[in-house]
Order: sequence, then structure tokens, then C-alpha cells
Amino acid sequence: MAGLAPIVEIENVSFGYDPARLALDRVSVSIPRGAVVAIMGQSGCGKTTLLRMIAGWLRPSAGSVRVLGRDLAGLGDAEIFALRRRMGMLFQFGALFTDMTAFENVAFQMREHTDLPEALIHDLAMLKLEAVGLRGAAHRMPGELSGGMARRVALARAIALDPELMLYDEPFTGLDPISLGVIARLIRQLNDSLGQTSIVVSHDVAECFDLVDYVYMMSPGRVVAHGTPAALRRSDHPFVRQFVAGEIDGPIPFHYPAPRWGADLGLEAADG
Amino acid sequence: MAERAAVGSVRAGLERLGAAVTARILRLGFASRFFAYMLLHSGVALRRFALTVREIYFAGVLSLIIILVSGLFVGMVLGLQGYETLQRYGSSEALGILVALSLVRELGPVVAGLLFASRAGSAITAEIGLMKATEQIAAMEMMAVDPIARVVAPRFWAGVISMPLLAALFSAMGIFGGWLVGVQLIGVDEGAFWSQMQASVDFREDVLNGVIKSVVFGVAVSWIAVFEGYDAPPTAEGVSRATTRTVVTSSLAILALDFVLTAFMFTGGNAR
Repeated sequence: MAGLAPIVEIENVSFGYDPARLALDRVSVSIPRGAVVAIMGQSGCGKTTLLRMIAGWLRPSAGSVRVLGRDLAGLGDAEIFALRRRMGMLFQFGALFTDMTAFENVAFQMREHTDLPEALIHDLAMLKLEAVGLRGAAHRMPGELSGGMARRVALARAIALDPELMLYDEPFTGLDPISLGVIARLIRQLNDSLGQTSIVVSHDVAECFDLVDYVYMMSPGRVVAHGTPAALRRSDHPFVRQFVAGEIDGPIPFHYPAPRWGADLGLEAADG
Repeated sequence: MAERAAVGSVRAGLERLGAAVTARILRLGFASRFFAYMLLHSGVALRRFALTVREIYFAGVLSLIIILVSGLFVGMVLGLQGYETLQRYGSSEALGILVALSLVRELGPVVAGLLFASRAGSAITAEIGLMKATEQIAAMEMMAVDPIARVVAPRFWAGVISMPLLAALFSAMGIFGGWLVGVQLIGVDEGAFWSQMQASVDFREDVLNGVIKSVVFGVAVSWIAVFEGYDAPPTAEGVSRATTRTVVTSSLAILALDFVLTAFMFTGGNAR
């Protein structure tokens, strides 16, 4: 696979919701075709921002983003929409349409974007549901599904139009260990059997390191390390060590910056 | 020193006032652009009319009970109060005119509009706001489907179509209520009740103007409801505030628009 051009190429991208504080600071990421790549880091480190940039939601203030061979900078809304039809995204809590059954959720994109006859749509949607093991729950409403099942239906919906690129936003959050294992196995299985490329944004070290081929580690706004899971486990980079081992104190301090103790307790003047 | 402080606080007050005014104008501008965008992207809602019909069910059909019952009671009260006043002048047989004109010209559109805003408008805002808070709107964008065309426009048109029908039903129920109290209970002459009503209610002057009012209210309430929902901050608090704002703003808009419309419709050169 090494010879193929990367499916996502992010070069020196900077972005800030508020110009004074950059959410992304000269970030470069390259995702090879066919791989499952994790973008990891603490909450609020910019990994979801990066994912939204790949999906064309946000435009970088500097640097370039190339996705599926197109430079996003020059694209209008219609072209972004056309590009998104080749991507699938699993949202953090599934984001199923609550007024439709599981089946209708999966069929949604087929009905919106194709003129396929209803009988064919039925068969295709059932195939996708079967792939995540939930054909039997096709006619349940999202409210009647457990968290893990809802996530799987959302996964079936995301792969409805056979996307080339899958984006997973915190796919493991709030799942019990069994559902978590099921989702992780499905991510790998779908990626390899359907020839997808997958980007997993997560902070779940144990699950991700077993699942993915390559990891980018982010610490507020920047990529601080990248490599295969095995290499990162051996890394002596202080942030990587703290993050992988889940230590309380390290480069990321336990204490949020605060004025001196004495000042907050009123024992001394605030400005010392 | 004190003068300077006074000048400073006046200035701060003016600045706050100015900021509040500009914020409101900006929001109005944003709402107008949203309105224009929605009208331009109404193709789906009108072409796939089943989408709109579904929303007519939620906004219109489910509002029927409150509209019909309220209409009946308003008409019954009009019967009682109208008779009470008219019999002092010995013209109690004009009760039919009084009931019909008050309902068709004013109470039908206005009260039905207020009820519609609190029953259906608030529901539309809450639904769209919650879809946004649970990332359903984002998921739709990610699936390359424009949520304004697919979610917002059908709800808007459903409101615009339902409102005049509900106002007409309200007026009909009210007239029935007036007849029930005036003719059946109090014993006003039935022939006079109906024939005077028929003779004095003009189709174009009274009925049509009432329908125009209800269409205008329908546009206003539906616009406010979908905009507030789409613009709501994606949190529980944000959605609840947006829902309240929908009811308050649409009620005020209905009453203000009613005054303007009445001034145009029923004063100049209306001597009959």
C-alpha cells in the first residue's frame, strides 16, 4: 500500500475558533489508503476539530487539507456535499434520527441519494443491518435500542453507501465492555472487508492500541508524536508515557493554573 | 472625579444599549437570510409532498383538539356576552352578526394563531433544537443531505398550510358555540340569527380578509419556530430558552401584525 497516495493529507494546518487561541497549530497528518489510524489525545486537544476539518465542516486558516484526492480549500458547498457521499461518519452517541426506525435510518441515504426501487433499498438496508448483527432489530425505534445497539445501527447507516473513508468520533464512549469489543471488531472488519480507510478519534488507549495500525497523538493543538502502537508503547516521550499509562501528573499537570493558595483563601492580597 | 465616574457609567450604559440593539438587528438579518435560504430550498418539501403532509399531521391534526374546544368555548362566551349587551338595545337578533364578525375577522385568526404558536410552534422549535443537540442535524449534513431542505422547510410549509385551516375551524366551532348558547339556551330567534349573519358577513371583506390574516400569522409563527429551533444553542438550557422565545415572540408578532392588518383591511372606505 505504500506506493499509493495518502487518502487524507493534512499539511501544516492551523485553525482557531477564537483567533487568540489556536485549536490546531501547524498540524500535519497523513492517512494511507486501507489503514485504520487513530487520532488520540485528551478531551479538548483538537482531535474532533481535525475530524470536522476532514469532513469539510471547518476551513483551516492556514495550511492545506486534501481528502480523497481533492484540495478542500477550493471547493464550494455542492462539491463538499459530493465528496461527503464518499465518506461515512459515526457520531459520538450515534445521532440516529429519533423519528425513524433502525431500518429507515439505514435506508435514509439510499432514499435521499439514489433512485433505487424500494424493494432493492429494503434488501440493501437489511444487508447493512445484518453486517452489524441487528437485522432482527430493524423495526425498532432508536429509543428502544440499548446504547451499544444504537451505535451499531448508526454504524450500519454510516456504511450505507459504501464509503471509502470512515470517520469515527469517539466510537467507544459510554459503552459497556461487550458492546465496546463488538464495535472495535466491527471497525476493523468493515475496514478490511470493504476496502475502507478509517480514522478513529478516541482517548481510549487500551482499545485503540489493539485496533489500529498507526497512531497520531495530540496535545493541545499539536501533534506531539506518531507511530505504530508498539512503537508508542516503547516511547520515552514524556507526554506519550503519561497518556498511555494514564498517570495523574506529568507534562499535563493535575492542577489547573490558579492563583496562589493564600490568595484564594483570602490570607494575602491577590496580587501578592 | 465623581463627574468622570458618572460620565463613565452613562457611557457604559449607552454602549450596552447599543450592543443589545445591534445584536438584535444582526439576529433579524440572520433570520431573514435563513428565511430566504429556506424558501429557495423548498423544492424538496413541495416535490416530495409526503414529507410536508407528515408534518401537517404533527402541527395541524394534533392541534385540532385544542383549537376546536377553544373555538367552541370562545363562541359560547360570545353568545352570552353578546346577548347581554345587545338585548339592552333591543337588538338581540343581531347576535348572529356579532358572533360571526368577531370570529371571522379577529378572534378566529388571532386566537387560533396564539394557540397554534404555543401548541405547534413550541413543538417545532423543541424538535429541531433537540435534533441539533443530539447531532442529528450534523449527521444529516455529513450524509450530504441539506437539513434546511429536508427538516426545516417541510415543517415551515406544514405550519403555513395548517394555520388558515385551523383558524377556519376555530371560527366555525365558535359560530356553532354562539348558536348553541344564543339560540338553544337563551332562545334568540333562530331565523334572525342565521339570516342576519348571512346578510351582513361579506365573503371578500370579512371572510377573505380573515383568511389572509391567518396565512400571515401562519408564515410568522412557522418562521419564528423553525428559526429559533435551528438557531438554538445545542444544550438543554438552549433548547428550553428557544422554545420559550418562540411562544413569546410569535404571540407578540401575531398581535402586532393583527393591528397592522386590521388597520389596512377594516377602516378606510369600509362603509356598508
